[in-house]
Amino acid sequence: MTDTTELWTIIIALGLGSFGLRFAFLGLVGDRAMPEWLLRHLRYTAVAVIPALVAPLVIWPTSTGGEPDATRLAAAVATFAVGYLTKNVFAAMGVGAAVLVSLSLLF
Amino acid sequence: MAAGTAMSSYWRGLRDGLPFLAVVGPFAMLFGVLATEAGLAVHETMGFSIVVIAGAAQFTALQLINENAPTLVVLASALAVNLRMAMYSASITPHLGPLPLWKRGIVAYFLVDQTYAQSILDFEKNLDQTTAEKFAYFLGVMTPICPPWYLFTFVGAVLGESIPPSLGLDFALPIAFLAMVGPMLRTPAHRIAALVSVILALAFAWLPYNMGLLVAGLGGMMAGAQAELRLGVKP
Repeated sequence: MTDTTELWTIIIALGLGSFGLRFAFLGLVGDRAMPEWLLRHLRYTAVAVIPALVAPLVIWPTSTGGEPDATRLAAAVATFAVGYLTKNVFAAMGVGAAVLVSLSLLF
Repeated sequence: MAAGTAMSSYWRGLRDGLPFLAVVGPFAMLFGVLATEAGLAVHETMGFSIVVIAGAAQFTALQLINENAPTLVVLASALAVNLRMAMYSASITPHLGPLPLWKRGIVAYFLVDQTYAQSILDFEKNLDQTTAEKFAYFLGVMTPICPPWYLFTFVGAVLGESIPPSLGLDFALPIAFLAMVGPMLRTPAHRIAALVSVILALAFAWLPYNMGLLVAGLGGMMAGAQAELRLGVKP
């Protein structure tokens, strides 16, 4: 086990590093105008990063040791479909959670 | 008047952020439990959640500390996992960049997956907001997400191993993010960006240190920007 000094070194350095990453553009660019090509790419940040974050977790869930799982897959498809069709985040979360819980109880 | 609209933006943000409590609670508790199992004291576990305040990076660091990895490897891996935060920072700057520096500092500290995704979804949907209203909305979204992150880390750390791992709880996080993806797919360019990012994320999932996420993120952004140019779609 890592000792106390080393642990706090990790915590503080990780905290500073994470803040640095989050502050990078907000702090340094501020309200200066950014070039149009950059803004055009930034418009797609959320829609590119969030699906990339989720896709591997859906196909290879950590809790099943990376084995694809029908219950989780069904819940994911239901969540996405409801979100896409209704544009309502909370309806999507509710349906996804309901599918996940009911299928988990069944199987 | 201005304070009134900011206040209503805050409450609107708080309401929109509330469902994330169901995700953050279990996730934070899990970190508390695992950190305790790894031998961290309660104040050290809390230090992690308050100073670092980044779920995925905290779990990565904890995993590597458990494996007795060298400090530099722990830091490099956990920061690589957090590199997407720089993209969030850039993406939200056109909206919150005009704020005074100290307020931008506050936004930066609380800029996590959920606060970013929910805020950008709202900023792009409701275009007529002032910077003050956007800042208030962001703080509203943050309220049911970040303080509970500390609180439930504490609960997990104190209760430790007495919490049974319940079925399907691990999947609350993917469900919460997936729910947000549907409403984001407003134009063909958005749909192309998402599709390319998913394909790249799965194709490059084998890369170490979560680098596949960055490849997919950048690839998706480039695909979206190209599609916007070629299809001539309005942003």
